[in-house]
Amino acid sequence: MAETTLTHTGQTESRPAGWQGIAADWSSDQRAFKNVSWGKAMMWIFLLSDTFIFGCFLLSYMTARASTRVPWPNPSEVFALRIGGSDIPLILIAIMTFVLISSSGTMAMAVNFGYRRDRRKTAILMLLTAALGATFVGMQAFEWTKLITEGVRPWGNPWGAAQFGSTFFMITGFHGTHVTIGVIFLIIVARKVWRGDYDVGRPGFFTSRRGRYENVEIMGLYWHFVDLVWVFIFAFFYLW
Amino acid sequence: MVDVTPADAVPPAEVAEMELYHPHSWWTKYVFSQDAKVIAIQYSGTATAIGLVALVLSWLMRLQLGFPGTFDFITPEAYYQFITMHGMIMVIYLLTALFLGGFGNYLIPLMVGARDMVFPYVNMLSYWIYLLAVLVLVSSFFAPGGPTGAGWTLYPPQAIMTGTPGGQEWGIILMLVSLILFIIGFTMGGLNYVVTVLQARTRGMTMMRLPLTVWGIFTATVMALLAFPALFVACVMMLLDRALGTSFFMPAVVEMGEQLQHNGGSPILFQHLFWFFGHPEVYIVALPAFGIVSDLISTHARKNIFGYRMMVWAIVGIGALSFVVWAHHMYVSGMHPYFGFFFATTTLIIAIPTAIKVYNWVLTLWRGDIHLTIPMLFAMAFIVTFVNGGLTGLFLGNVVVDVPLSDTMFVVAHFHMVMGVAPILVIFGAIYHWYPKVTGRMLNETLGRFHFWVTFLGAYLIFFPMHYIGLMGVPRRYAEMTDVTVMTESAHHLNSFISIMAFIVGFAQIVFLFNLIWSIRHGREAGGNPWRATTLEWQTPQTPPAHGNFGKELPIVYRWAYDYSVPGAKEDFIPQNMPGTFGPSREPA
Repeated sequence: MAETTLTHTGQTESRPAGWQGIAADWSSDQRAFKNVSWGKAMMWIFLLSDTFIFGCFLLSYMTARASTRVPWPNPSEVFALRIGGSDIPLILIAIMTFVLISSSGTMAMAVNFGYRRDRRKTAILMLLTAALGATFVGMQAFEWTKLITEGVRPWGNPWGAAQFGSTFFMITGFHGTHVTIGVIFLIIVARKVWRGDYDVGRPGFFTSRRGRYENVEIMGLYWHFVDLVWVFIFAFFYLW
Repeated sequence: MVDVTPADAVPPAEVAEMELYHPHSWWTKYVFSQDAKVIAIQYSGTATAIGLVALVLSWLMRLQLGFPGTFDFITPEAYYQFITMHGMIMVIYLLTALFLGGFGNYLIPLMVGARDMVFPYVNMLSYWIYLLAVLVLVSSFFAPGGPTGAGWTLYPPQAIMTGTPGGQEWGIILMLVSLILFIIGFTMGGLNYVVTVLQARTRGMTMMRLPLTVWGIFTATVMALLAFPALFVACVMMLLDRALGTSFFMPAVVEMGEQLQHNGGSPILFQHLFWFFGHPEVYIVALPAFGIVSDLISTHARKNIFGYRMMVWAIVGIGALSFVVWAHHMYVSGMHPYFGFFFATTTLIIAIPTAIKVYNWVLTLWRGDIHLTIPMLFAMAFIVTFVNGGLTGLFLGNVVVDVPLSDTMFVVAHFHMVMGVAPILVIFGAIYHWYPKVTGRMLNETLGRFHFWVTFLGAYLIFFPMHYIGLMGVPRRYAEMTDVTVMTESAHHLNSFISIMAFIVGFAQIVFLFNLIWSIRHGREAGGNPWRATTLEWQTPQTPPAHGNFGKELPIVYRWAYDYSVPGAKEDFIPQNMPGTFGPSREPA
């Protein structure tokens, strides 16, 4: 990201409000989104595209669930854990959700400290976010293992419609992949922050471009998106 | 938009100069290049190469249809494989890749006045993943069982069953993996194109001053980023159905007297996902063609494009509407009649912005100083062909007319006219137009005219009779129809005639390829701006443009892209980066 988000362009900052402001931006010179860097614009557009992927997955799941003629397994029984002699419905998933949402909090703090140029705190918070994300994936692996030992397979399960297992493994797996990729990139960016790459303008290994602290925020956009998607998966899968 | 005269009225640069990667070796300069122009040529070369495979496949199909029973090696299974691979390659790996990866990469940075795409490294990855997708696709020809023969729409359940070639072998798996790779690769490039257009324009280049080529490619890319996800999801789910035995798309099926383990899936769900991608895909291919042809017509008729704003809004409108028409591909899937009514209505509404565009092209030509150059010939051929193909689209968009015509050769003729021949004509025109910029030399004129006339007339001789045999009721996707009542003697003769024409037109493409290679060394020197065009790519200091496109200083844009034949100006064109006021410009205020 060579270019900087110039906030002092010499232009008057006052723009018409509402739709007129949008029209003014779009019909203006050079950039449609003023003061939005290339990297951030690209991440937003990617997330829009990714939204369509998750949207298609969830719609397909809903189609399968709504049109099956076989009973759908009851989520509060399937996703219950036996703790201390009693079945607690959705307990694991509640913890997982809590962990993931918390990681959004640590991520937001990391972004804040990034803009304050506090290398240490930024890196630590990013690593904490990564750790929470890894915990989430770990618990997901536990949940998968539990379901598999109970006989749930992509092609069938003991309780009802075969599509239960197929959609469950597919969608949570696809989301888990997103989280895993996020964890990897969090670690990479945290390392760059820690090493001070963004302070000294060290060129990237692959891209040979100098990064900036804004990368932390762009990373955060992705991370919050993955969290948001989880909320929908949670609602449609576990609460329906 | 009052900054026409003084240079100091141009706002200061909002973005610092782009940091470019400067290659150190032959490998990073020509192979693993981060320069959008090199990537464009890589994309185009790969797309053309795989397109040639699809061309040969169409010949093989025509051999079988025109002279059934003559060629023993074309079994019915092989015929299905040819159909499938021909369709998929042409639509995805040739047209989409060539328009967006090829023309998009070359023209967007040059036309908007940028040094490169915003993220050249990601752009480079995009090409290499595309190449990988192509290689996986090609590998299916050599896999056990051969490539898939499911038809290019890959409809389940038959796509993954034993009777279909490649259904229970490697074919379908390689096809799905290849598509998934293609989508990943395309997304990397597509994000680059969109952000470059939105955020990396040069000073003075407002969105409403962009050449229509950029508008077309830009809108198509946005559409692709929203439509390909549906195909991605469909591919993942079918891959799981095939590899893991899930039942997303597979209902309970009895095959060879044996109940398959699949149960309770919905084949219609696949159709919805596929066509939610598939219909926008038609316009992903068509919109860049619309944009490019607008610029070709304006430049070679020495006249500003008629109704620039309407052209832009028509492009955007078509793009938006194309997301709500997908089920017109599914009228015979047993859908509710009201559903069909809705989709027929939206389908016919698309005819309005499309017609606006056609009228505007014609009105641009009207009283223009028309130069019958090869790009112009192709552009005019496009208008005619597109109108022809579009009109049969009105037939097929209506449910009651579609039902009897569905799955006949009429449909084949329709979509080949509208999304095969028409965009390809634009591609040819565009190559003749921009080849001088890419290589510094003109393509050979004589060979070019030969190529044009054979291709244009030949395409009509192929596809007009095909409409006719379709109306007679000849179905598509049948390898052999010797003893069927609809296959009358005359239909047989027409089929043989079409096949011979297909060979002639195919031969003309070989001549074209020869011209492409021959002219690199032996073509006439073109100079920097042989067509006397206004857009920025013709104003570069070097031809072909060097790394970074524009020398030391980025150009500053003072006007729209269509100041041709402005009264009072010395020349009949005013480049976009030329300051000053000349006569009454028709640039919309």
